[in-house]
Amino acid sequence: MAPELPGVQFEPLAGSVAAWRAAVDAQQWLRAGEDIADRGGRLAALWASDDTDRGAGLCVRALLVSFEGLICLELRMPERDASFPDLSQSFPCADRMQRAVHDLCGARALTPDGDAADPRPWLRHGAWPEDIFPLRRNVAASARWPAQPDAYRFVTVEGDGVHEIPVGPVHAGTIEPGHFRFSVVGERVLRLEERLGYTHKGIEKRFEQMSLADAIRLAGRVSGDSTVAYAWAYAMALESISGAQVSERALRLRALLLERERIANHLGDLGYLGNDAGLAFGLAQFSRLKEDVLRLNARLFGHRYLMDRIVPGGVALDVDPAAIAVLLDEADRIEREVRALRAIYDDHAGLQDRFMTCGRLAPDTAVRLGVVGLAARACGIALDARAHPGYAPYTELQPKVITERAGDVAARVNVRFEELFESLRLERRILRHLPAGERVAPLAVAPEGGFGFGWVEGWRGEVFVALEAGAAGTVRRCHPHDPSWQNWPALEHAILGNIVPDFPLINKSFNLSYAGQDL
Amino acid sequence: MHKLLRQIVKVGIRTEAPPQADDSLRQITDRLNQEVLRLLGRALAIRHVDAGSCNGCELEIHALANPYYNIEGLGIRFVASPRHADMLMVTGPVSRNMEQALRRTYEATPEPKLVLAIGDCGCSGGIFGDGYASCGRVASVIPVDVAVPGCPPPPAAIMQGILTAVRAPAQGFR
Ligand code: SF4
Repeated sequence: MAPELPGVQFEPLAGSVAAWRAAVDAQQWLRAGEDIADRGGRLAALWASDDTDRGAGLCVRALLVSFEGLICLELRMPERDASFPDLSQSFPCADRMQRAVHDLCGARALTPDGDAADPRPWLRHGAWPEDIFPLRRNVAASARWPAQPDAYRFVTVEGDGVHEIPVGPVHAGTIEPGHFRFSVVGERVLRLEERLGYTHKGIEKRFEQMSLADAIRLAGRVSGDSTVAYAWAYAMALESISGAQVSERALRLRALLLERERIANHLGDLGYLGNDAGLAFGLAQFSRLKEDVLRLNARLFGHRYLMDRIVPGGVALDVDPAAIAVLLDEADRIEREVRALRAIYDDHAGLQDRFMTCGRLAPDTAVRLGVVGLAARACGIALDARAHPGYAPYTELQPKVITERAGDVAARVNVRFEELFESLRLERRILRHLPAGERVAPLAVAPEGGFGFGWVEGWRGEVFVALEAGAAGTVRRCHPHDPSWQNWPALEHAILGNIVPDFPLINKSFNLSYAGQDL
Repeated sequence: MHKLLRQIVKVGIRTEAPPQADDSLRQITDRLNQEVLRLLGRALAIRHVDAGSCNGCELEIHALANPYYNIEGLGIRFVASPRHADMLMVTGPVSRNMEQALRRTYEATPEPKLVLAIGDCGCSGGIFGDGYASCGRVASVIPVDVAVPGCPPPPAAIMQGILTAVRAPAQGFR
């Protein structure tokens, strides 16, 4: 059933999940956002493209999720002084996405008074000048600019005994770069402001130099820990444009890989969360199990993290009965071991003391911020793309959406434990009922201008890829969207009132991606 | 508590088995330990810098700490400050937004120092290449002693890279 908005024509898009696109004017853009927010919908992604080479100005798109399905609003703007109505009143998570749109494409989100919603850059530090927009068609892929001054305005907190602690961009551990500015009284955090974008390397521009067939490798390297989710989302987008019918077997093998990615990441996180709360034993045990999973991936599928195993039209692997037996055996062993470890975590008073009530994100805050993925599920919000009606092959696999209510570190730990067991169940189910079918379906040439989405529930949350085909099998525009865009602002809330020494634990309990949102 | 102890006893020690003729990994780890001790007479201190990676290489650096590779047991420590480091381990193509931070970290590392570039990205810029926001390979920003290819390079390859760097020390490294 198509959504209804006065005066807006919805055009259905191909794919297994119901999706529409609609050209809107500025007023409809704003109204549609308000309307969908009022009905409990959310903003999934927001990005812009330069179509001046086709005489069509710039285009900003908002991808919304409502109960009907996915809705992509498209607003065209003239190139000069391009602007569009600010959506952050309806969807606070729009703020950083809108700033990135300005940094890369030069279209500004304006409030009803005509002011910039937030004039600060987000991805542009000092690598290119303020009046250059790298995703514009007239900017060459090889263009380089001398370093520019970079004076970022942080919000300052004033008051008696308040002081600031800046951390990063290079951190103490083996983690990605980002800057955190804490305002504290004593050790208690009054405010945290994040500044990200350090790993911005121009992925979206890079996509435009690639063929549709090759670009799946780049999609699989937007965020290395979610390579399966991104590659699948990209493949889904390309297949919807070229009308490929992926076999049921290949779809199930993709689900197998996605669940193995979830299992490996959850194992790793559970180890580090134990470690950060003082139980080094947990890290040793869980990292051993994770390594077992990675080694089996390498042996059976040829890559420890499963990079490049999903290809347009299907998968670059298959499983024979011997492999199925090994995988089933492994699933049983992991389940047994993790159940034993969970009992240890649950009984460990010191650990539970650190986990409980720490880094609590209130459900109403999570809803307002549009939080997704496991962080949302840990505050009782049952969002999971896999459970969306029509989502192949998951509709038949019937994944259980795991939720917890407390929204604290303990809840995010528990969601990981339960999801791990659920992924093992799904893995067994896939392996025991694998239909025959071809590995890769032939792909018709994608028509120039063809446009499609992919939407995959990665271990962290939902990953989107929006893809537009260019001439002769090239990528015209590709926008990958990481769930971390929505969830990073939530970390700023979850830390409030906690003490600075608990930040690493709270941060780890979200385990958000820098690379995925920096692009 | 007794569950915990039981688990420890049940699992036992999983650090890879002692040398076997075809056990290449074990040879690397043994040699590594001896070389590190011979050259430094103490633990090798490594500072990791993510200069723009996709985070895939970081996963393998983390894996070095798991019980199979047990890198700490080989006399190699990851340290929190470049001032305590003998070696920088740099991942990713260097993003323009990290160029200066990487240079500063390099300058803050006391001489003599070694630089290991990790992954196809660190070696050549990888799939991201050079562009308006990427400087490409690590060597375009700071001098690199050893580069370890792979996307991402598996833990054994990273260990081999460390060994190579330690065995073929940079000018004045001793
Ligand atoms: S080499 Fe591969 S895994 Fe490492 S940062 Fe580059 S793309 Fe990621």
